[in-house]
Amino acid sequence: MTTTEPTPTLLHRLRGPATLAALLAAALLLLPQLLEPFRLNLLAQYLCYAIVALGIALAWGRGGMLTLGQGVYFGLGAYAMAMHLTLQATAADPLAPDLPPFMVWSGLTQLPWFWRPFTSPAVAVLAAILIPGTLAALLGWSVFRRRVRGAYFAILNQALAAAFVILLIGQQHLTGGSNGLTNFPVFAGQSLYTPTAQTTLYTLTVLTLTATYLLFRHITHSRYGKLLIAVRDAEDRVRYLGHNPTWIKTLAYTLAAMAAGAAGALFVPIMGIISPTLIGVIPSIMMVLAVAIGGRHSLAGAAAGAIIMNTAQTTFAETFAGGWTYLQGALFVLVIALAPQGLAGLATTLKNRLTRPTPTEPDPAPAPAAERSTP
Amino acid sequence: MAPTPTRTLTALTLTLGLTLTACSGNDTQGITDDTVTVGMIHSLSGTMAISEVTVRDAVQLAIDEINADGGVLGRTITPVIEDGASNETTFAERAEKLLQSDNAATVFGGWTSASRKAMLPVFERNNGLLWYPVQYEGLEASPNIVYTGATTNQQIIPALDYLREQGHTSLYLVGSDYVFPRTANQIITAYADAHDMDITAEEYTPLGHTEYSTITNDIARTEPDAVFNTLNGDSNVSFFQQLRSAGVTADDTPVLSVSVAEEEVEGIGTDNITGHLTAWNYYQTTDNDTNGVFVDAFTERYGTDRVTSDPMQSAYNSVYLWKAAVEAADSFDVDDVRAALDGITIDAPEGTITLDGDTQHVIKTARIGQVNDEGLIDEIWTSPEPIVPDPYLQGYDWAADLNG
Repeated sequence: MTTTEPTPTLLHRLRGPATLAALLAAALLLLPQLLEPFRLNLLAQYLCYAIVALGIALAWGRGGMLTLGQGVYFGLGAYAMAMHLTLQATAADPLAPDLPPFMVWSGLTQLPWFWRPFTSPAVAVLAAILIPGTLAALLGWSVFRRRVRGAYFAILNQALAAAFVILLIGQQHLTGGSNGLTNFPVFAGQSLYTPTAQTTLYTLTVLTLTATYLLFRHITHSRYGKLLIAVRDAEDRVRYLGHNPTWIKTLAYTLAAMAAGAAGALFVPIMGIISPTLIGVIPSIMMVLAVAIGGRHSLAGAAAGAIIMNTAQTTFAETFAGGWTYLQGALFVLVIALAPQGLAGLATTLKNRLTRPTPTEPDPAPAPAAERSTP
Repeated sequence: MAPTPTRTLTALTLTLGLTLTACSGNDTQGITDDTVTVGMIHSLSGTMAISEVTVRDAVQLAIDEINADGGVLGRTITPVIEDGASNETTFAERAEKLLQSDNAATVFGGWTSASRKAMLPVFERNNGLLWYPVQYEGLEASPNIVYTGATTNQQIIPALDYLREQGHTSLYLVGSDYVFPRTANQIITAYADAHDMDITAEEYTPLGHTEYSTITNDIARTEPDAVFNTLNGDSNVSFFQQLRSAGVTADDTPVLSVSVAEEEVEGIGTDNITGHLTAWNYYQTTDNDTNGVFVDAFTERYGTDRVTSDPMQSAYNSVYLWKAAVEAADSFDVDDVRAALDGITIDAPEGTITLDGDTQHVIKTARIGQVNDEGLIDEIWTSPEPIVPDPYLQGYDWAADLNG
């Protein structure tokens, strides 16, 4: 950190934490007062996507792995939580049979074995993070070991997302099919839809986002973070230097998947639904697009990109019910054309222009050596 | 790597700015002395837009007609239009907005089962009232939804009765891969078991699939008595074209479709589908005075090239049924309106229809139609009397295994 930051004054060093603290205070204290419950709920939803974005910024921005299938990991986390909530809802309703309604209708007479552990909330929460992590680790290890990268890796991720959706829809009696899982009003005996519950969920999401940001920031500033960038820019040289790129990449990919899983688990009680269309190929692309807009080389930029993109989408759709998709498209084109490094890159450029009329040193942001060579 | 205060700050400013813009949406009073706000939520973008926009047009027509006629309880209906964007979360999110921010007295909309399932908890916890206009797979009766399309015993079972009457005992099932076709085919299989009919195949393809030669060749080779088609949307175009190329004619093997209405016939190409069968509760050709008025009003407003279909008609009826219930209750309050639903009767384009208060479904007549060479659908069979909705198929012994 000290190597790239020129003469860090005390003020300089405090500015980062101070901004973060101010943001956190505003998010936790101010917004719940300012926003009506419905808006707060929407914001919580955007923050979930911001957590996914942090993971993508780590794997793609730092590691050069174009993770076009994050919907799968988001979905695994979401389904783990949704399965638990569905079981809770079934247990809470004295009139309902012992099984979720879609299973009863599909002719099942007992709970499938893999649903049983999800009666426990602890198992559900752990599974929401560990299952995506394990899958990503296995997939990453087997793929990176064979030096699959670039477009091939991106396509593999897309295929994974497509296959996951087909599996979910095809196994209607086990997964709820294309309708997904929904209608779960209670968690741990508490109604999920009281304003207090919604504020609690929002607070939890803000804290998870902050924790993920701090963790990933720590990681990117560590020795491992430098190695990750080195692998992104020149994988073969890193290999010649005696490091094993496979585990370096697998770790970042796994962490990104775990962040997505955690986001999915938070998303479900907030939105009250998860279904295959929310996690397929197109949502996965949208998740990456948000990071491209925010700036993939900056964690904060990526998170902000997710929040901005989703807020813009809602605002456009509310204002122009008929033609909002054109506005959204225009926003994408504009940002990509004017700021290829995303909004965070634009901000850095502006700051450099303002503070240093004649830029004598290169951009401190770790932009890749050869921008075009990364996928 | 530098800590990124400026970037963070910029991001924060942008984010807050946008969030606050999004939040400054004006909260409307739901009911004033002169107006009553209602919500309309349909997919105006995405894959479902092509179907749902027609339904929105029908709802809009009904609202305008009612407003021109003095409104409801002396108040003009003010619709707030939202885009469901062919995405369940968006439907849930927009529905929440309609109920909480706009204080909509009632909401018209939804098409896919997934969008309805997503909105259901929103309407239940806000005690709103949703009017859902599309035939669906049944197994639902929420106190906060009124189902104005057919449930399975008003569409699928009459269709099977018809095929059996015609002596068709072997059926080939083809459908898009989502909840409605899969559930419909469970019912069809149970019906076939109980009535000595034979299911020769059960094939699913992803939504939007266009390659059907394997399936159509299989149909040509195995020669089932009839095909029961639950394909949705564009897939029907490819399916019927390729079926024709495979040499299968409506005379040899009629295809009975439950998701192909007047609107879709045009897209499929009349040549490809002439003579094949459909099952609905309404056709543009349905012969009565109310339908004449409805079709004239619709084509006058939206153009003579437009057709009317069952979901459009059900959506149009929704508005009139709601008006009648509000007037019977003399209140816009959801609980009062719900209490007044039972027995509400209107003269609809499909004929006289009555609301069943227990299930909040509509008692309606089933109709089998045959596509004619003008692209319209002629009624060739009608259920002897209006069918009482039975969403859980409790009145059918053979369906006992299905509803547990």
